[in-house]
Amino acid sequence: MPDTAPLLSVDDLEVHFPIRAGVLRRQVGAVKAVDGVSFTLKRGETLSLVGESGCGKSTTGLALMGLVQPTGGKVRFDGREIAGFRRKELRDYRKRMQIVFQDPFSSLNPRQKVRDIIRAPLDIHGIGTKEEREAAVADLMARVGLRPDQADNYPHQFSGGQRQRIGIARALALKPDIIVADEPVSALDVSVQAQILNLLADLQRDLGVAYLAVSHDLGVVEYISHRVAVMYLGRIVEIGPKERIFSAPQHPYTELLMRSAPSHDPRHRHSFSATSDDIPSATKRPSGCAFHTRCPLATDLCRRVDPQLTARDDGRELACHHR
Amino acid sequence: MSISPSASQVPILAVEGLDIEIRGPNGSFPVVSEMAFTVRAGETLCIVGESGCGKSMTALSLLRLLPEAAHVSAGRILIEGADFLTMGERQVEDWRGEKIAMIFQEPLTALNPVLRIGEQIAEAVRQHRRCSHRQAHRRAIEALTLVQMPDPERRAGQFPHELSGGMRQRAMIALALACDPKIIIADEPTTALDVTIQAQILGLISDLQKRLGTAQILITHDLGVVSEVADRVIVMYAGRKVEEASIYDLFDNPIHPYTIGLMGAVPRKGASAEDGDRLADIPGTVPPLWNLPKGCAFAPRCPGASERCRQERPPLTEKRPGHWAACWEHDDA
Repeated sequence: MPDTAPLLSVDDLEVHFPIRAGVLRRQVGAVKAVDGVSFTLKRGETLSLVGESGCGKSTTGLALMGLVQPTGGKVRFDGREIAGFRRKELRDYRKRMQIVFQDPFSSLNPRQKVRDIIRAPLDIHGIGTKEEREAAVADLMARVGLRPDQADNYPHQFSGGQRQRIGIARALALKPDIIVADEPVSALDVSVQAQILNLLADLQRDLGVAYLAVSHDLGVVEYISHRVAVMYLGRIVEIGPKERIFSAPQHPYTELLMRSAPSHDPRHRHSFSATSDDIPSATKRPSGCAFHTRCPLATDLCRRVDPQLTARDDGRELACHHR
Repeated sequence: MSISPSASQVPILAVEGLDIEIRGPNGSFPVVSEMAFTVRAGETLCIVGESGCGKSMTALSLLRLLPEAAHVSAGRILIEGADFLTMGERQVEDWRGEKIAMIFQEPLTALNPVLRIGEQIAEAVRQHRRCSHRQAHRRAIEALTLVQMPDPERRAGQFPHELSGGMRQRAMIALALACDPKIIIADEPTTALDVTIQAQILGLISDLQKRLGTAQILITHDLGVVSEVADRVIVMYAGRKVEEASIYDLFDNPIHPYTIGLMGAVPRKGASAEDGDRLADIPGTVPPLWNLPKGCAFAPRCPGASERCRQERPPLTEKRPGHWAACWEHDDA
C-alpha cells in the first residue's frame, strides 16, 4: 500500500523540441511536447498518465528516465534534486528508476541471449559476483513467470507476452523503486494482456514498486491505477484518485475520454457522434485553455485565459474555468 | 447512393466450407479451416479473435486479395448467389468496389501517398463507372461529404500525409463507399486510432450502415468495439470458428471457454488491482498453426479440458437456438 511521503516529485517539467527552418536552421518555434507538468508519486503507488496521442504522456515518462532531455522543471527523487540529469547522478538515479517499453519486439536486442539481456543492468552497475548475477537472472526469470532453463534462448524464440516478461525481468534486476511502464500491454493480445497486468499487480504487492504507467486504454488504467492524471497537449488538466476520476470526471476533456470508451455492454451502447473533432497539434497550441476548440462549455474566457491546475475539495486538481 | 431496406432476409454474402492454406518451407498448413457464415443487407457481423486466429486471412480472401503464399484450398464465397472464387480476373475487378469493398486498418499504408485524396476516390469511381473526370470528382466530394469530412472540397485536394489519423480513416471509408458497394469489410478499422477518434469512426460506420443498408463484416480483436456495433459475432481460434451467436446471446451467455476467457481478460468497469480483483488470464499462448494439437486446439489452455478434448476435435453444434459452439462440454446446455 502506498505510504505518504512522495518518492518522486516532478515540478513544472518541460520538454520543448525546437522547430528549425531555412538554410541557417534558425529556430522558428517549438513543439511543446511537455509544457509544465507537475505531479508526485509515492512508494508502492501507481499513477497513470492518460490522453490522446501527442499529449506528451510518453515524453513525460522518457524525460523522467533521462531518455529525452527536459528543457525545464525540477525533479526530486527521494528528497534529492536531480539537477540537469548529469551523467553521474543519472547513473545512481537510473538504478532506482527503470522502464518497460511498449513494444517487446524492438526493445530487446535480437542477438543477445535472454540471460545476457536480463543480466545487463547488473553488469553495467557492477553488482555482485559473476555467480551471484547468474543466480539473480534465474530468480528474476522465475519471478516473472519464465522458465529459468530458457535463459540461453534468444528473444525471437519467445511469444510477445513472454518477451514482455523478459523486459519486466530486466527492469526489475536492479530492484528499482519506480518502473515507468510505457503502454506495457498495448502491443499484446487480450488474453496475454491480462497475464501481464496480473503480473504487474503481483510485483507491486510483493516488492512495493511504484509504477508510472502511460496508457491510452482506459480499462487498463482503471484496473491498475491508484491515481490518474489526464493530459491534454502537454499539460495535466485533471489529476486525482482513480475512483473520483472514473466515477465523476470533472474536466470536459476527461468526460469526453470516458464517453468515448466502448461500453462492453451491447444493451447500453453509447451512441457515438460521427462528427469530426480533431486533436489540435502541439506545434500550434490554441490560445487560453488548449481544449476550448473541442469543449462544449467553452466561453470567451476560455479562449483568452489559460486555466491553472487548482486543488479541489475531493483530492483532485483540475484546470477548468467552469468546473 | 440508394437507400435500401435494412436487414433483409436474403444473405448478400455466403461463405461455405472455406479453407485457406499457406505454403511454408516445410509444406502447406491450414490457416483457416471450415469457415462458414452469411451476412444480410443491413447487418453487422463481427469476427473476433487474437493475432494468428485467421480473421484477417478470412477478410482478405473475401476480396480475393490473399498474399502470394496463401490460397483458398476449398470452399465457396457467394456474393448475391454468384461464386466469387471462380470468377475471371476482370469480373473480380469489376465487383471489387461495386459489390464488395474493404476498409483497412492503417489508412496511411492503404492510401496512395502521392495522389490527392479526391483523385484517389475519383480514380476508383472511373474504374467502375463510365463518367467524365468532372463527374468522378463530384462523386468524390459527395463521398467525402457522406463521411462527414470537414471541409471536403479542400480535403479532396490534399495528400494523405496532410490529414490526421481520424481524417485519413474517413477518407479511406469514403474511398470504400464511393461505388455504393453492397458489402463492406472493415479490418480493425479503429485499432490505430485514439479512443476519442475511434468513437467518431464507430459512430460514422453505424450511421452510414443505417442510411445505406450495407452488409458489414468487421474484423477486430477488441470486444469493446464488438459490444458497440455487432449484430452477430463469430469468435475464431487457431483458424476455426469456435462460437457464433447474436451479440446479446454472446455477451449474456458465452459458451466456449475461450470466449469466456477473452471476456474475463478485459478489465471490467470498476475492477481494480488495488482491491485484489484479478483478471481471468488464459494461460499459455496460441499454438502455432503448423503444429496444432490433435484434438481441440484450445485444449492445452482450457481449464475444463478432458481426455476427449485432447484426442478429438469438437464439431461446431447448435447448443441453443441460433447459438453455435465447438466444445465437448455444454452438450446438454
